[in-house]
Parts: sequence; structure tokens; C-alpha cells
Amino acid sequence: MKKKDLLMVGVGGQGIVLASDILSEVAMAAGYDVKKTDTLGMAQRGGSVVSQVRIADKVWSPLIKEGEADILVAFEKLEAARWSYVLGQGSAAIINNQTTPPLSVSLGTTKYPDDKAIEAILKRSAEHFYFIDGTRQAVELGDIRTLNILMLGCVASLLPIDVKIWKDCISQRLSPNILKMNMVAFDKGREEMSRAGVR
Amino acid sequence: MKKLLSGNEAFALGAYHAGVMVAAAYPGTPSTEILESIAGFDEVYAEWSTNEKVAMELGMGAAYAGVRALVSLKQVGLNVASDPFLAASITGINGGLVVIVADDPGVFSTQNEQDTRHYAKLAKVPMLEPSDSQEAYDLMAIAFEISEQFDTPVLVRSSTRISHSKSVVETNANRPASLKTAGFKHDVEKYVMLPVHVRLRRPVVEERLVKLTAYADTYPGNQIIKGEKRLGVVSSGVAYQHAREAFPRASFLKLGMTYPLPQKLLREFARQVGRLIIIEELDPFLEENIRALGIKVIGKEFIPRIGELNPGIVVESGYRAGLLPEPSRRKVSPPQGLPARPPVLCGGCPHAGIFFVLNTIGQRSKLLDARGKSAEQGKLVITGDIGCYTLATYPPLRAMDTTACMGAGIGQALGMEKAGIEGKVVAVIGDSTFLHSGITGVVDAVYNKSGVTIIILDNGTTAMTGHQEHPGTGISAKGKKTQKVELEKLVKGVGVEDVKVVDAFDIKAIRAAVRSSLENPELSVIIVRGACSVRLKKRTGQRNVDIEKCDDCETCLRIGCPAVQKLDEQVYIDATLCAGDACTICEQLCPKKAIGPVTATGGSK
Repeated sequence: MKKKDLLMVGVGGQGIVLASDILSEVAMAAGYDVKKTDTLGMAQRGGSVVSQVRIADKVWSPLIKEGEADILVAFEKLEAARWSYVLGQGSAAIINNQTTPPLSVSLGTTKYPDDKAIEAILKRSAEHFYFIDGTRQAVELGDIRTLNILMLGCVASLLPIDVKIWKDCISQRLSPNILKMNMVAFDKGREEMSRAGVR
Repeated sequence: MKKLLSGNEAFALGAYHAGVMVAAAYPGTPSTEILESIAGFDEVYAEWSTNEKVAMELGMGAAYAGVRALVSLKQVGLNVASDPFLAASITGINGGLVVIVADDPGVFSTQNEQDTRHYAKLAKVPMLEPSDSQEAYDLMAIAFEISEQFDTPVLVRSSTRISHSKSVVETNANRPASLKTAGFKHDVEKYVMLPVHVRLRRPVVEERLVKLTAYADTYPGNQIIKGEKRLGVVSSGVAYQHAREAFPRASFLKLGMTYPLPQKLLREFARQVGRLIIIEELDPFLEENIRALGIKVIGKEFIPRIGELNPGIVVESGYRAGLLPEPSRRKVSPPQGLPARPPVLCGGCPHAGIFFVLNTIGQRSKLLDARGKSAEQGKLVITGDIGCYTLATYPPLRAMDTTACMGAGIGQALGMEKAGIEGKVVAVIGDSTFLHSGITGVVDAVYNKSGVTIIILDNGTTAMTGHQEHPGTGISAKGKKTQKVELEKLVKGVGVEDVKVVDAFDIKAIRAAVRSSLENPELSVIIVRGACSVRLKKRTGQRNVDIEKCDDCETCLRIGCPAVQKLDEQVYIDATLCAGDACTICEQLCPKKAIGPVTATGGSK
């Protein structure tokens, strides 16, 4: 595999840091060099979260060059639009169909872009993009908190790393009482992607 | 064994393997996880100190007693601890004393963007800088050795991208089976800094610096990496990683020790290469010190001195300096006009109610424009402090007028009052911050007969840095039950007579307390108490808006609660963010009684 630069973005509280941790551990277990860094802002919940994961034979900087990211994993649509410009040639974006309006939208001082506008922004840089009903599926599985593992299932479909490594790393990070539900979520994510034509 | 560790985890493990016995810190992004990690080791005494000054003094004491001690803090934390830090430089130590300080280039979570490297020069102590987690791990053992060999505290400088990046670490060392036990040998000329003893120590410090300068040339972390001779790059810390990526063919002098500088090595490197560029974040610290050696370099005329660097910025700078070909211009610019997502108070935050009440007093909502400025004199001035509650500066709450540094709000309120501004001044401060450095302000207020109102927001934790314990929680850094400092007893004890404690989720009680305090010309303290909602184990009774009853008055939106949202002209509550029964502030404020538990009013949107 050539280098893969992944950006995971969303809203604080969606489990992005754990997801990028697991992704990094998977890459390491698969024999790659990996660096990851999170930008969390000041809020414990509700602020913008950006996690950068760089995978290659040798990684120098932990920061991705704008215009050179390979995969954008967006847990929320507005954040997908905000960050898609970092994507480069041959890139893909996975977008969870979740709308979380920032306060300024709720207060009426700004407007949340509609789906068309978001797609138009994505098209400027993402070569492929996949909208996933992740939030709905996670809720159906019984716990919204399985969303991050479901999104990892989607990412797994785009990386040439054995599914067994993924499942081992997930098992190591999650407590046994929630593991089964999350494994279902992981497989759901992979199914979503194969339904979208990725195998 | 290979592990994926953050810089902070690597520092902690490295210090543990180096035999550290005592560790102290006050939480501060991005340094917090160093102490959190080290607290997990049974053999190490680890504590959250009341503030960084105490942490540093504790580290000094432990080092004087002959054991290895670690103090970890963020850059502004070192400002607080600078007095004992500089004192430790002049006395020297006995057991190793290593101080890790984490800078925040780019200002992700700090009130300034200082370059802490200047402290090494000020204190005349050696400074080491890792460029990834492996180095963070490896250099801890060396830092303790240097500290003991040269009888000096050692500064280890980290930054957000070192502390909060994870990379692969080979952890090959083990903690020594037996370590030196504590013992103190009397030596008043070394440890009692009377002027007469200081005069004895001054030459020792200067001689130490000369020895350290010679040592720097042999320090294993200072290395020349041979590449093309045309261009030489000198760099350190995470900037080195960006530079390696931006200049894959250049020769490098990578500095692991950035004070004092390896003078011979620098001159040798300068001779080997054509042009020499210094790539460093923030101030031209290396650049000025290298230039002072008479070496011709370029640097800050091309590299930004504000904000954090990244490979893209370094490539751009290299192009402007004529060292790299024009970078391929990416075709896509960041999208314009999207709503920003600034940090917010969480759903169910115990700070929301009090700030909602403060916002409605003194016509703040009318006086302040979109940028938070007012043409007229303010009717209610609210001096603020450092913590989650600083986020109440943003709309819609807009209930904070100043934020400078930990504990400053109380002193500022006193200053405004003594200067004679009209009306009552209110100082707002969190529980952990109050214990950190608010209490001295209260003592001042009592002593100097102030009539300000001090509001302590007691959420029972140090929330913004990720929920660390503090003296007011009654739990230690190791998670053990301990003696609790009770805020109301403390403020009454120093002489405040009007002390009220109110429930953070009872709007009526908050309003009554604030009104009563503002009417009282004497000094008053209100403790607004309510648990941080992020720590709720179970959430029940999430609220819901009854569309039939709602008349769209938007009162609930003015709380600034992220769970209360409005899209397509409809207000609704996001059940995944709502704290439910633990909060109910929106329900208390709704004039139409349109908000209630989900079960009572039907399904949620």
C-alpha cells in the first residue's frame, strides 16, 4: 500500500478519537509506520473534532498536507463539507448522514447548507463519496455509541488490511460487555460500503 | 515491545523506566496526560497539586531529598511555577529534577502563544526537545542523568503535536529493581538562598552552563544527517518532522538539545553545507542564538513566527526562500461561508443556568453588538477566568468580559471596583481554578473591604482538561478517597460573611441569590453547585418540545445548550445530547410550558 492519509472529522462526543486510535493500532499491527494526532478544541462535547491518521512505510510529520489526504471519514455532514478540501487525487469520502446544527444555525444567524450544497462542495475534491446512514443504524443496533465502530467498518472496506487484524484490535480496545454489539456495527459498516459498490 | 503511544504517555513511561519516584502537576492542555499516565504506576507517588507553583516546589523538595522527581505543566503553568523553577536552578538539585513543559503553537487551548524555550536561557538550565513519541520516551532517562550529573533541573519542551500525537514506540527499558531511597544531607550554602549564599552559587551556575555547552557537542540527540551539501537545515521538535518531509534531500542538523547549543557541531555543519536555514515554530530562538555564534543563517524571514507549522507551510516557506520549486497549487480552497462550530458548553452543563441569569442582568443582551463590544459603559461587568465557563463568552450567553490567566478575575474585579466604576462587579471562577489561585484574591477582598460578588462555579472536577480531581473533590490523583477542602468553609474561614450555596440547575434559586448579592454592598460569595454533565453515568428523562404548545419564542435557545436545536423553523431537543432529569433548565425557562420529559409529551423529532 502506498501512503494513506486519513482525516476523521465530526462533533465532540461522537467517539472519533477512539476510532482513530483503533485505526492507528490496526495500521501498526499490519506492519506500517503510523502517526496520528487529534485537534479537539476547548469543548468537552459539541465542538469540532479533527483526527489525522497517517499510514506509510515511514511517516515524518503527524500533519497531513492540504490537498493530499486520501480518505475523509466524516461523522457529520457539515464537517464533511468543511474538511473535504484537504482531499487529493483519487480520494474518497465517507459521510455519515447526520445533521448537527451548530448554535449559530439554531440561533438563526447562519444557515446549515442543504444536501445539494454539501454534495457540490464534496465534488470539488472528493473523487468518490459515500453517504452512510450510520447514526440511524447505530441507534437501531441499540446504542448510538456504536457509530464510531460502524464508521471504522466503512474505512476497512477502503484499506488493504485483513479484517482479522481489525477485529483483533477492536477486541483489545473495547470492554467485553459491549464488544458483540460493536462487532455487528463493524460488519454493518462493511456491508454499507459493499452496497455502495466498494468491495 | 512496540506500542502506539502519545507523546505524553511516552514521557510518563520513560520517566517510570528511568526510576522517577515523585511526580506532580496541575492539569493543563496539552500536558495533562503525563501525570494521568504516571499516576497509574504504583511505585510512583503522583499528585495533582493545587497549582503549578506547589507542584514545582514539591518536585524541588523530592529532588533535594535525593530521589528522581518529575514536574509536568503547560507553558502558562511554568509562568505560575517560574519562581521556584528559577530558584531550583540556582540551588541545583540532588536527585534528578525534570520539568516537562508543553507549548501550544497555534493556540488550541491557551490564553497566549508563548515560546517557553526562553525560560531555559533565563534559568540557565539545559533544554531537551523530542520530535516524536519514541524520543519522548528515550530522552527521559537521559534527562535525569544530565540533571544529576550537572546538578541542575532539566527542562523538556513539548508541544501540542508532540504531546497529543501518537506514534510507534519501542519500549526497551525496565524500571531499575532497586532505587535510591530518600535522605537529606544538610547543606545551607546550597539550599538556603540568603544573598550571601546566592553569591556563592552564582559562579557555580555560570560554570555549569560552560560545562553543559561542551556536553551539548557530545549529546547523542544532536545529530547530523547527511544529504545534499547545497542546503543544510537546522531544526528540532515536531518542526523537524515537517522539515524532513518538506526537504527530503537536504542535509540536517537535528537538535535534541536546544539549550545550550552545540557550538562546535553547529560550526562544523555550517562548514559542510551551502545555505543554512533554521526551521522552528514560534520565536527565532535557535536562529538568534546560532546567529550569535557568527554563523550565517536564514529563517524567520521565510518561516512564520505565529501559529503552528505543518509540512505545507514549510514547503511554501522553502519556495519563498528559493530553496524548493514552486509547490503544485492545490486547486481547492477551503469552502467559504459555512457555519463555524466553535466550542460550546455541553448539554446539561451546570454553568449554563448561572450565565443565562447573568446575561439577563444589566441589559447585556442589548448593549453588546455581534462582536461583543458596547458603545456605552457596561451596567454589569463580569470578570472571568480560565475553564469551560470561559465559553460563556460566546453568543448567546455573552456573559464574560475578561479572561487573562488562572485566578485573575477576582483581582481584576477588585481593581475595577477600587478604580471606581459604576455598579457592582462580578467575578466568576471555577472550583479548580478557585483553589489554584482564586483564594488569595478573596483574602485580598476581605482585607481591603471590597464589595464585589464572587461566583464560584463548582462542578466538582477540573472539567476542561478532561475531568481531573482537585482538592475540592476529595479524591486523589490515584483515585483514592482523601480529605476534601470545602469551599464554603474556606471562604467563610477567611472572613466572607455573605456566602450562599445554590443548586446550578435551579434557575429561581440562582436568580434570588444573584439579586440578593448584587443588592448587598458588602463582599459576597455565591457557590453555584452542580455536577458536570459529561460525568453523568446514566441519563434519564431526556426533554422534548411539544410542538403544539411551543410559540417559537426561542427562550430555550438562549441558554446556549447544544441539545436545544432549531432547523427548518422548528425547535427540538437532540436526545443524544440532553442531560434530561439532571438538568431541566430549558423546561424551567419555557414560558409556554412546552418542554417536558419525552414520555410525557410523546415521541421526539
